[in-house]
Amino acid sequence: MSDVRNVVIVGSGPAGYTAAIYAARAQLDPIIYEGSVTAGGALMNTTEVENFPGFTDGVMGPDLMDSMRKQAKRFGAELITDDIVEMDLTGEIKVLKDGSGNTVKAKSVILATGSAYREIGLVNEKRLSGHGVSWCATCDGFFFRGQTIAVVGGGDSAVEEATFLTRFAEKVVLIHRRDSLRASKIMADRAKNNPKIEFMWNTEVIDVLGADKVEALKLRNTVDGSESERAFTGLFVAIGHIPRSELITGQIDLDSEGYVICEGRSTRTNQKGVFACGDLVDHTYRQAITAAGSGCAAALDAEKFLAH
Amino acid sequence: MATSKVTTATFDAEVLKSSTPVLVDFWAEWCGPCRAVGPILEEISNEYGSKLKIVKLNTDEESAIAIKYGITSIPSMYVFVNGEVVTQIVGAKPKPALLKDLESYLV
Repeated sequence: MSDVRNVVIVGSGPAGYTAAIYAARAQLDPIIYEGSVTAGGALMNTTEVENFPGFTDGVMGPDLMDSMRKQAKRFGAELITDDIVEMDLTGEIKVLKDGSGNTVKAKSVILATGSAYREIGLVNEKRLSGHGVSWCATCDGFFFRGQTIAVVGGGDSAVEEATFLTRFAEKVVLIHRRDSLRASKIMADRAKNNPKIEFMWNTEVIDVLGADKVEALKLRNTVDGSESERAFTGLFVAIGHIPRSELITGQIDLDSEGYVICEGRSTRTNQKGVFACGDLVDHTYRQAITAAGSGCAAALDAEKFLAH
Repeated sequence: MATSKVTTATFDAEVLKSSTPVLVDFWAEWCGPCRAVGPILEEISNEYGSKLKIVKLNTDEESAIAIKYGITSIPSMYVFVNGEVVTQIVGAKPKPALLKDLESYLV
């Protein structure tokens, strides 16, 4: 591939696909690298999305992403189910390499790589990953039928996972290091009214115990520092996300948490012709609809850049 | 060689008594990452099937085997040699990463 594309979009999800829809309709002939195992983004691991406007009765996350993907395709976006593994964004012509070893060149790049699950950072969390420690309730909830499991976190995703897991588990204990939830009120109320959910406030997980599978958690009270153990067969970690910015570190200005810094209200990064959108730039709103909105803005910013 | 499906009835002959190493992909229809990694395993099977047999076990239909092997996350990809689990890969990974995890069985 020696020709230079107008725009390459890196990452799918609502931001990447919306950027692809807008760029394709602007006849920029975009190519979008969806990711080999991350195509569709974070919403692929969710169930029902109730707050995406236009869907009166809600929509399943994977179905919503499939619709966005088809919409991008309909307008001629080239969809590649592969990862970008290297990027040189510093020159006038950007050079990107994919997981199959192909190189693609472009005048502009839209970064929409999203975020990854944040880990607690415990040695035994990693060791027992896949043996009771999970980051995906929709994938793994089924294996905990009739059991007592823990969800750690206090935001929307933790509360959503805890609620979802009550379909299978006998009891779900939501462990949160503060004394109130960050989750939206409707979701928090739903969890509080669910008889299968118990809340452990002001508590953090300091170790995961078990020889070859999760047997218990070691907990610490964040107020008085007292430590305790409690038996669980599963631990679902939902303590937030970290931006996937490792490939662009050193080329694109990032804030102290690794999010891309954009110029004012635009999606422009410090590198000319490089735009960023979605969870990669947003540590405030982090919604499907805001990601889609910023993907739209990135495509419009790229279009304007290419016209000059 | 395309991947094939294993069940409780065929597990012994297809996996435990296989003369070549076997990768068992524990998966289910509802699992997004399983569907994402499925085509990658298909490619690896087509390229390396003579060295590493790849079979798929639907944990929904064959939960007894999933429970026996302590599966709590899917996709889980376990490599069996002479009836023993020798490698455990948990979670969907891009093809180059999977090939690296499996390289000792592919040469």
